Amino acid sequence: MSQVPRKEHHAAHHFDDAVQERDAALLGMWLFIGQELLFFGGLAVLYIVMRLQHPGAFVEGSGHLSWKLGGLNTAFLVVSSMTLGLAIRSAKRDEAGKIVPFLGATFLLALSFLVVKGFEYSEKIHHGLVPGKWFSAIGADPSLHVFFGMYFATTGLHALHVLIGMGLLVWLMLRARRGHFHSGYQTPLDLVNLYWHTVELIWIFLFPALYLVS
Amino acid sequence: MSHHPDPNASYLESPAGFWPWLKSWLFTLDHKRIGILYFLGIVFSFGLGGFFAMVIRIELLRPHGLMLTHTQYNQVFTLHGAVMVFLFIIPSIPATIGNFVLPLLLGAKDVAFPRLNLLSFYIYLLGAVLAIFSLFSGAVDTGWTFYTPYSTQTGTAVISMTLAAFVLGFSSILTGINFIVTIHKLRAPGMGWFRIPLFAWATYATSIIQILATPVLAITLVLLILERTLGLGIFDPALGGDPVLFQHFFWFYSHPAVYIMILPAMGVMSEIITTHAQKDIFGYRFVAFSSIAIAVISFLVWGHHMYVSGQSLYANMIFSVLTLLVAIPSAIKVFNWVATLYGGHIHWRVPFLYAMGFIFLFLIGGFTGIILALLSLDVHLHDTYFIVAHFHYVMVGGTVMAFVGALHHWWPKMFGRMYSENWARVAFVLVFLGFNLTFFVQFILGSKGMPRRYHNYLDQFQPLHAFSTFGSWVLGLGFIVMTVYLIHSAFRGKKAPANPWESRTLEWQTASPPTTGNFEGTPTVTGGPYDYPRAGAAAGRNGRPE
Repeated sequence: MSQVPRKEHHAAHHFDDAVQERDAALLGMWLFIGQELLFFGGLAVLYIVMRLQHPGAFVEGSGHLSWKLGGLNTAFLVVSSMTLGLAIRSAKRDEAGKIVPFLGATFLLALSFLVVKGFEYSEKIHHGLVPGKWFSAIGADPSLHVFFGMYFATTGLHALHVLIGMGLLVWLMLRARRGHFHSGYQTPLDLVNLYWHTVELIWIFLFPALYLVS
Repeated sequence: MSHHPDPNASYLESPAGFWPWLKSWLFTLDHKRIGILYFLGIVFSFGLGGFFAMVIRIELLRPHGLMLTHTQYNQVFTLHGAVMVFLFIIPSIPATIGNFVLPLLLGAKDVAFPRLNLLSFYIYLLGAVLAIFSLFSGAVDTGWTFYTPYSTQTGTAVISMTLAAFVLGFSSILTGINFIVTIHKLRAPGMGWFRIPLFAWATYATSIIQILATPVLAITLVLLILERTLGLGIFDPALGGDPVLFQHFFWFYSHPAVYIMILPAMGVMSEIITTHAQKDIFGYRFVAFSSIAIAVISFLVWGHHMYVSGQSLYANMIFSVLTLLVAIPSAIKVFNWVATLYGGHIHWRVPFLYAMGFIFLFLIGGFTGIILALLSLDVHLHDTYFIVAHFHYVMVGGTVMAFVGALHHWWPKMFGRMYSENWARVAFVLVFLGFNLTFFVQFILGSKGMPRRYHNYLDQFQPLHAFSTFGSWVLGLGFIVMTVYLIHSAFRGKKAPANPWESRTLEWQTASPPTTGNFEGTPTVTGGPYDYPRAGAAAGRNGRPE
C-alpha cells in the first residue's frame, strides 16, 4: 500500500472555524434526510391505501417475489453499512491506506445489490408482470398489476438512490486517494454515511412490506 | 471560479469586459448576487403569469368568449396558475429577498452552503425552462392542481409541466435546508434566538414547510408521471387506482405551500412596520412563535380543499376545526403589528404604504378564509369565484403586496440607489385600487353562483365580469409604472445612503450596496433587533409633541 499524502482541511471563508462548518454540514444532511423520509413516506401511505383496497393482489403478488433474493439483498446492504463505518473508523485512526479498500467494498456490495435487483426485474419482465401495456400475466386477483405497480415504483426509486450512493462512494474514493480524510477531517464521509444508512433503512422497510406479505 | 472578488468592494462590482462580467455573475457564490439572479427570474415569471391573467380577463369580457377556444381558455388559466404558483410566488420572497437579506440580518458573511445555493438557482432555471418548453409543446389544460383522472387522460403536455414542478420543488427544498442551517449556525456573536429579526423567524418556519411538504409533492408528481406513461393503476379508477388519493397527496403539499407563500410575507411585514414606525415590535415572542404555529398547523388542514370530494363527514368536521385554528396565530400577528404602530413615529413611505395595504387586504382574505373553512358555507361556495377572490386576496393582497413592499424597503440596499417616491406612490395607488376593483367583485360573482374555471357564463354576470376586467387594467398599469421607475432608479437613481430609513437591523449597518464580504469584521449583537428610542425620548427629534 503506497503512502497517502495527508492534506489538511481549511474551513470555508464564511465559517468561523472547522467545528462550525462540520456542524452546519451535518445539520444540513439531517434536514435532507428529513425530506427523504417524507418522500418515501408518501409511498408508504400509498402502500397502506392500496393494500387495504386490494389485499388479495398483495398476497398473490408477494408470492411472485423471491424472499431469498430479497433477503440476500438485505444482507448486502447491512454489510455495506458496516464496511462504510469501517472506512470512517480508519480515517479517524489515521489508517489512510485502509479507507479506499473499505469504500471499495461498500461500492461492490451496492453493485451486488443492483445486480440481484436486475435479475429479479428481468424475471418479472419475462413473466409479463410489468404493469401497463406490457402486463400479460393472468393473476387469480384482477388487481395483481396494482401490486406490481407499487413494487416497481418503490424498488425503482430505491434503486435510484442506491445508484446515487454509488456515485458518492466513487467521489469519496477519489478524495481519499488524495489524502483528504484523516483524524482531522471526515465530514464528507460522515455525510455519505448518513445518506447511506437512510437508503439502507428504507430497504429494511421495503423488504418485509413487499416480499413477506404471504 | 477564477474571479475572486475583493471582499471590501461593492458586491455589484465586476471585472472589466463582457465575458468576465457575465462569468462573475453566472458562477457567483455570493448570496446577494444569487438573490439578484433569482429576482430576474421571478420578475420574468411574474410578467409571464400576469400576461396570462390579462388574457383570461379580456376573454371574460363577453359571456360567450372573445378570441379563445374552450381548450385554449383551459390552457391559459392553467398556465396562469402553474406559472404564478411554482415559478413566481413560492420562490418570490424566500429566494430573492431571503437570499439577499437573511445573511445580512443575521450578521453572517453568506448562507451556510453557497455552492448549494447556486445549484438551487440553476435547478430553478431548469424548472423554468421545462415549464416554458411545456407552453410550446401542447400547453397543459388540467388546472394547476393536475387532478386525476383527467390529468392522466388529457392530450396536453402534462408531463413536462409536472416535471417542471418536480424540479422546482427540489430548488425549494435545497433553499429551505440552506436557510435553516444558516439561521442555526451562522448568527453573529450575541444574537440569541430571541434577538433574531422576525423575518428570519418567518423564513425558518417557511423552510420547515419547504423541507417537509415539498417531497410529498415530488413523489406525487413522480407517481402521476408513471401513471400517465406506464399505467401503474395508482390514481386511475379504471385500473384499480384511487383518484381521491391524488387529491390527498396533492393538498398535503399544496396547502402548506400556501403558507410557504404567506409566512415570508408576514416576516417582511414585521421588518417594514418596525423600521418605518421606528418602534420595537409589540410581543416579539408571540409574533415569532405564531410563525412556527402556522407552519405546524399547516400540515393538518389539507382536507379543507376536499369537503365535496367524498371524504368522510367526520374527516370534514376535523379539518374544519383545524382550519379555523389557523386564524389564531394569523390574528396574533395582525394585532401585534397594529399594536406596534401605537405611539410610533410613523413615516408614510412607500414600503409602509404596502404594509398597510397588506393588513387591509390580508384581513379580507383571512376573514373570507374563515367563511370557507365552515362546512355548510363551503359546500355552497366551493369552486365558485368566491374562492378565486379569497385566495387572490391572500396571495396577491398578502404575498405580492409584501413582496413589492419588501422590494421598495430593501431596494436602496440591493442596488445602492433611491427610487422616485412620488412615482412609487402613484404605482401603489394604482396597484391597490386596481387589485380591489378586479377581485372584490369576484366575491359577489361567486356568491351569486358563478363557477370558477368556466369559459362561458350566464349573461347576467357580464357587468361584474367586465368591471373586474377594467380593474385588471388598472392593476396592470400600476405594475407597468413600477417597472419603469424601478429600472430608471437602478441606473439613474440618486445614490442611497447606508441607512435611509434609520433602521436598527444589521443589514442597514453596512454600506449600500453592501460589500462582497457583507461587513467589516464580524458584527457583535448586544440587544434586540428593534431597539428604537422610546417614544418619550425621541419625541423632540422629529418635532413631534409628547
